[in-house]
Amino acid sequence: MTNGFMLKLPKYLFFAALPAAVVCSGPLAGSKARQGVLSMPTHQDTLRYPRTFGLGRVVSQEEIRKLDIDVRPDGLGLPPGSGQAAEGKLLYARKCAVCHGEGGVGGPSGSLVTSTTATAPSPQRRTEKTIGTYWPYATTVFDYIRRAMPFNEPGSLSNQEVYQLTAYLLHANGVIGEQTVMDAESLPRVVMPARERFVSDDRQGGPEIK
Amino acid sequence: MNPQEEKKDGVIAQKITRRALLGGAATAAVVIVQTASGKAVQAAIPEAKYLEDPTKRPGVPPGELGTRSSFEKPLKKISDTSSRTPLQDLYGIITPSDLHYERHHNGVPAIDPGTYELLIHGMVDKPMAFSLSDLKRFPSVSRICFLECSGNYRSQANGQIAPQEICGLTSQSEWIGVKLSTLFREVGVSPKATWFLAEGSDAAVMTRSVPVSKGWEDAVIAYAQNGEAIRPEQGYPARLFLPGWEGNASVKWLRRIELSDAPFMTREETSKYTEPVRDKYRQFSFVMDARSIITYPAYPAQVQKGWIEIRGIAWSGRGKVLQVEVSTDAGKTWQQAHLQPPILDKAHTYFRYLWEWKGEETEIMSRVTDETGYLQPTYRQLTEARGASGGYHFNPITAWWIGRDGKVLFRST
Repeated sequence: MTNGFMLKLPKYLFFAALPAAVVCSGPLAGSKARQGVLSMPTHQDTLRYPRTFGLGRVVSQEEIRKLDIDVRPDGLGLPPGSGQAAEGKLLYARKCAVCHGEGGVGGPSGSLVTSTTATAPSPQRRTEKTIGTYWPYATTVFDYIRRAMPFNEPGSLSNQEVYQLTAYLLHANGVIGEQTVMDAESLPRVVMPARERFVSDDRQGGPEIK
Repeated sequence: MNPQEEKKDGVIAQKITRRALLGGAATAAVVIVQTASGKAVQAAIPEAKYLEDPTKRPGVPPGELGTRSSFEKPLKKISDTSSRTPLQDLYGIITPSDLHYERHHNGVPAIDPGTYELLIHGMVDKPMAFSLSDLKRFPSVSRICFLECSGNYRSQANGQIAPQEICGLTSQSEWIGVKLSTLFREVGVSPKATWFLAEGSDAAVMTRSVPVSKGWEDAVIAYAQNGEAIRPEQGYPARLFLPGWEGNASVKWLRRIELSDAPFMTREETSKYTEPVRDKYRQFSFVMDARSIITYPAYPAQVQKGWIEIRGIAWSGRGKVLQVEVSTDAGKTWQQAHLQPPILDKAHTYFRYLWEWKGEETEIMSRVTDETGYLQPTYRQLTEARGASGGYHFNPITAWWIGRDGKVLFRST
């Protein structure tokens, strides 16, 4: 914990400084204890916490890289590689169509591609949430395929294959052109049709129903 | 049993012989065995056991692991992706761990606690990994809280739907672990970090973005539940637990936390756990709004005329339950229900209301007010407020219709 952290959170500084005299009366009230208290940045029950418990181990960047697979909307985390829709189409037919339907429509695990059958209002079934209608960020498509798909073989695709599938699904939803190359540069720049429909929760409690 | 024993019973033997009495009990046991339980019961306690007078023969010796009475068969109700707590079969506020609801996104992983590590990295001074034994050596914290899936409302037009199916994706446990803030101090979280990613080591490699403020406030890395290690279905060996927040964000089988200055916009928080509100989709709807449900009487129970103790649970992700009101006249008038202590923060609270049912057709229902002044809405109020029906974070008042014959059926409000 840095000193900078404490300075930017005066609330915690207040907790740390004020109760020191109360908590540390008697033999503990020496300058050593007080010094320890002042280094405590968080809540009252952490006042007696040492600066560190000495547990855990520091990890190397190399270790982190093995696990750090997430991708943010700004592209942070996207690996090298690239792909186009035509390559992804072949891969999709082999690995994905059995669950998500031919061409991304239908299938037991739901449609990925917007179509009249997927989005037509029907009393029998809900409007399906396709990548074209319900995914606000293209980077999420890459991230999710890479970590969780195919369902029966998660984590088995190469980065190249994930770029190819991402390109195919974006193209099939009419979001990018057939020839558009998806890579770490282009993917974060794709603007998804549903982007503007997403808003953050603003419920605050209280009597209002929303 | 022999004739001499029968004589010992004297007067009772003349009117109702012990043989007849035991015969009746034995018949009941056999019926239960045949209709509800099958082989498991036969194997656990031989049918002959129920033929005996339990005071006349030594019972089963102490065991290494307790068992339920073979007469009691509470079960979770399974769907493809979840299984639901049998709320109508439970008493009080603690959900037995083996009846805690399950919702996972590609099965329950098998994780060796000996090699388990939690990695915390990103915007920190010192990226660190903590083993399970490290986590257990830190100062610990315990709290009793509900955990509820945000997709927790089902209805049924014919009314034949039990509390388990309506909202059985809520359960309550004592959760024990280390405060995330304790670990944040240890790694030195940057003051510029505003979100963290929580990632599981299941086959979905589940991820959610969580505001750092929740980590400082009350998030827990839980390794125990109701006195024992967390069960595999609940995230063994360790999970994130976010009191009062939608269950999906409390990532199970937690392997990694990454501090960041922006949300990651994972699939779960964009195209999955978001709900339509008018022409928008609302996301990061973390807090579970206040809710209550009468769990007795409820379908499939059938009631008889006379005094009925109406019972149920109420809870709020925003704090404590302030009051629960019960209506026995289809919502025309409301009376205060008795709240059974303890009334805990962000926890199922048990309520009861004594009612004399005279056999008329009616509807009973409950509504909760939490300490922020939020009053549980009707189904109609919710759909009007959101311009949408169903979806996540649906917490309407649930009514039970009671017919003259004592049948109890679900009714939408």
